[in-house]
Amino acid sequence: MKDSLQLTEDGRLRHLLTLEGLPARILTQILDTAASFITVSAQERDVKKVPLLRGKAIFNIFFENSTRTRTTFEIAAKRLSADVVNLNINASSQSKGETLLDTVANLSAMQADMFIVRHAAAGASHLIARHVAPHIHVINAGDGRCAHPTQGLLDMFTLRHYKGAFHNLRVAVVGDVLHSRVARSQIHALTTLGCPEVRVVAPKTLLPRDVENLGVHVFHKMNEGIKDVDAVLMLRLQNERMRGSRLPSAGEYYKHWGLTPDKLKLAKPDAIVMHPGPMNRGVEIDSAVADGVQSVILSQVTFGIAVRMAVMSLLAGAGATGAQA
Amino acid sequence: MKVHIRNGRVIDPASGLDAVQDVYVAASHIVGVGSAPADFHANQIIDASGLVVCPGLVDLAVRLREPGLEYKATLESEMHAAAVGGVTSLACPPDTDPPLDEPGLVEMLKFRAKHMPGPRVYPIGALTRQLKGERLTEMAELQEAGCMAFSQADAPLVDTQVLLRAMEYAKTFDLPIWLRPQDAHLAREGVAHDGVVAARLGFPPIPVPAETVAISTILLLVRETGARVHLARLSSRAGIEMVRRAKHDGLPITCDVGVHHIHLSEMDTAGFDANCHLVPPLRSLRDREAIRRGLADGTIDAVCSDHAPVDEDAKELPFQEAEAGATGVELLLPLTLKWAREAGLSLHQALGFISHRPADILGVDGGRLAVGRPADLCLFDPESAWIVSPSNLASLGKNSPYLGLEMQGRVMFTLIDGHLDFRRDPQRLRHA
Amino acid sequence: MPANLPTPDQLIDALAAQIAPQITPDCALVGIHTGGVWLMEALVQRLKLDIPQAVLSIAFYRDDFSRIGLHPETKPSHIPFDVEGRRILLLDDVLYTGRTIRAAMNLLFDYGRPASIRLGVLVDRGGRELPVCADYVGLNLDLDPDEHVSLEKSETEGLHFVMKRKP
Repeated sequence: MKDSLQLTEDGRLRHLLTLEGLPARILTQILDTAASFITVSAQERDVKKVPLLRGKAIFNIFFENSTRTRTTFEIAAKRLSADVVNLNINASSQSKGETLLDTVANLSAMQADMFIVRHAAAGASHLIARHVAPHIHVINAGDGRCAHPTQGLLDMFTLRHYKGAFHNLRVAVVGDVLHSRVARSQIHALTTLGCPEVRVVAPKTLLPRDVENLGVHVFHKMNEGIKDVDAVLMLRLQNERMRGSRLPSAGEYYKHWGLTPDKLKLAKPDAIVMHPGPMNRGVEIDSAVADGVQSVILSQVTFGIAVRMAVMSLLAGAGATGAQA
Repeated sequence: MKVHIRNGRVIDPASGLDAVQDVYVAASHIVGVGSAPADFHANQIIDASGLVVCPGLVDLAVRLREPGLEYKATLESEMHAAAVGGVTSLACPPDTDPPLDEPGLVEMLKFRAKHMPGPRVYPIGALTRQLKGERLTEMAELQEAGCMAFSQADAPLVDTQVLLRAMEYAKTFDLPIWLRPQDAHLAREGVAHDGVVAARLGFPPIPVPAETVAISTILLLVRETGARVHLARLSSRAGIEMVRRAKHDGLPITCDVGVHHIHLSEMDTAGFDANCHLVPPLRSLRDREAIRRGLADGTIDAVCSDHAPVDEDAKELPFQEAEAGATGVELLLPLTLKWAREAGLSLHQALGFISHRPADILGVDGGRLAVGRPADLCLFDPESAWIVSPSNLASLGKNSPYLGLEMQGRVMFTLIDGHLDFRRDPQRLRHA
Repeated sequence: MPANLPTPDQLIDALAAQIAPQITPDCALVGIHTGGVWLMEALVQRLKLDIPQAVLSIAFYRDDFSRIGLHPETKPSHIPFDVEGRRILLLDDVLYTGRTIRAAMNLLFDYGRPASIRLGVLVDRGGRELPVCADYVGLNLDLDPDEHVSLEKSETEGLHFVMKRKP
């Protein structure tokens, strides 16, 4: 059901809402296309954009504020020569009682070609995708705790860039998996791309029940969970979770699940460290690790632009009548 | 008015009667089954050949949305929908606006309902004022006004001291209390079963202990007070098991399930269909199996529609933001028939869960087809197939998880108090 | 369709002869992916050239994106020199509508302002839709719109032409 929403009848990507259920061929195609887009921002280019989406109107609709994510999509769209309109809905129509679908209908009437949607509720972008006109494409830029597919893809791009392939990797996802859309997208992508061992490492209060069903191995202790892994994918711990009924304090969290140089030594010597940002230094990650040689966190940011360009181009191209699968 | 119902397959779940017979109705009562009373001259003759003639259905939870929520549905629309669904008696929960916490509101509702065609309406009074879970309502007064039982509907009752006092006070008048067992703290912010789908999609979860902890508290307080408690809308295997043991121990409790929970599970929420956002949440396939077993072994006493018409604006939202509930009063019969087919139950076994059993819980003379009983009858075609669609639903609430799907079994006539309040097929009707 | 086409090797020889006198140290070769790149490699070998070479992938510059979408296998462009002020010899296997050449020139200009661009093709098959013409041509053909010629490469046959008639 979700697949028929995301894919066209001939199997091309129409909307990107979640990585769950997408075939490996689509994920790989996005990663391969992203590799080509890396050169668009290359130093030697005078003009760091390509005319692919010239004349297309892309709307960043953010029902939940995130300057960082919005900016990466905006840059990606501009590198493709699209026109970008940013809308922070919190501040405008929703407070006037306009419904989500009213907002979308209004924007559609402004000749939009693509919506990039961030929303606090799981499935919000699915709802929008079900109601937009056929020529409009929807990208989920994060919906509740559900999915953040472009982040998951850029993490896969980064992993592949540094490790070459997925079939021999052991990867640990560390931190607040329960509330994390990033973790869910990472896990779906890793299992689809053939990563044989995906681990999640967190206290029980930060793991969903039945998380094993996602195809992951569960660890509660950091020193066991990151032992001999090829990559450590750290998750951000939201401020509001640091104290209360899930965790007693940021300090205790850091002591047990914060990534320090000592703990990182348990991973393989060439293991890489990733983080979706923004980081809480001294809470989930030590500065020495964040800025260390094994950290590829800034590469993630760079690759994120290319991955988002790839997704936008593939979606925009999927509407073409004579397109090849 | 005298009605002669000819050649129908007459089923009375309470007595086990299942035979092709004629049924005779005079004034507001059944006056003959099988043979006509002396000097019976029918005004209306219904050709019921090929139809099942059974007691009018009794539904323990139908929201009529009046007073106050007329933008979702109206008394008129939902009473009609209930008649279309073959329902002749219904209990309406107190979650109106304002809630049914004052005798005047209850009297008004009863009065309005009485003067409209459609089923007998039995209001359930609010257990606490404004359903806030703080102060008790005037239960005795409300009973006099027509309340059959008292409940919080889906509103939480957080304070266990208030719950204890409510049971003690209700026991004083021997009034029944209907409680939906859900611990408000454990269910906080939750929208879906804490299982594989919530893990995958990140829905804020409602764990099974939200139900079992609440059941445990209620059962202990029932032992303490001897109050008559009905547990409304069980959803979990563990919860049903607790009720099974409590009944085995002789505790005077009853319980029901919503008809959607017999068929659907958390898997149906995976497509973000807001019409599958229900309270209690749709749980795992194992829980659904346990519900079916609980019905089969008599742990669960009744099945209800938990009818909740919701306006489009409140449903066309992301799953977790959408208002909970499904329209259902018109699907109670076909979904019960579907379950009977799947579970290999006889018609009279299955129909018992939506007729005499809920009538007994509600404490009304209904749900039975026998001479001298009220002339509340449902005539349905068990083979007729139809598609659930907004235009096929009489309820103003079009929020069904079954939209677009086929149902088998359709009500053709509904007699309430001897009146033909719904007729789908005038061809079968003849005026003498 | 012409019955006997010259082999690519014969045409490359002819093209090499035309190009050789024009090569100066400030020249750079730019092959359009993939046939133009094969042509570039062959010319470098024939003429023993030691000048910068670039590979262009025009997928992001095509004017038919909205009609056929993104090519399923996009390759990155690789331009290992400064385009600014450079004399560029652009190479492709077959010149047809001229749209590929326009896209390639747009791409090059995004890297800088070249001093000049000249175009060499193995086959000019006619049917131009844009005002583009090649400076060096191996073979001129006059094909019908439903006839197609393309340069292919395989391990057994090396470079060879494939002629097709598409409805």
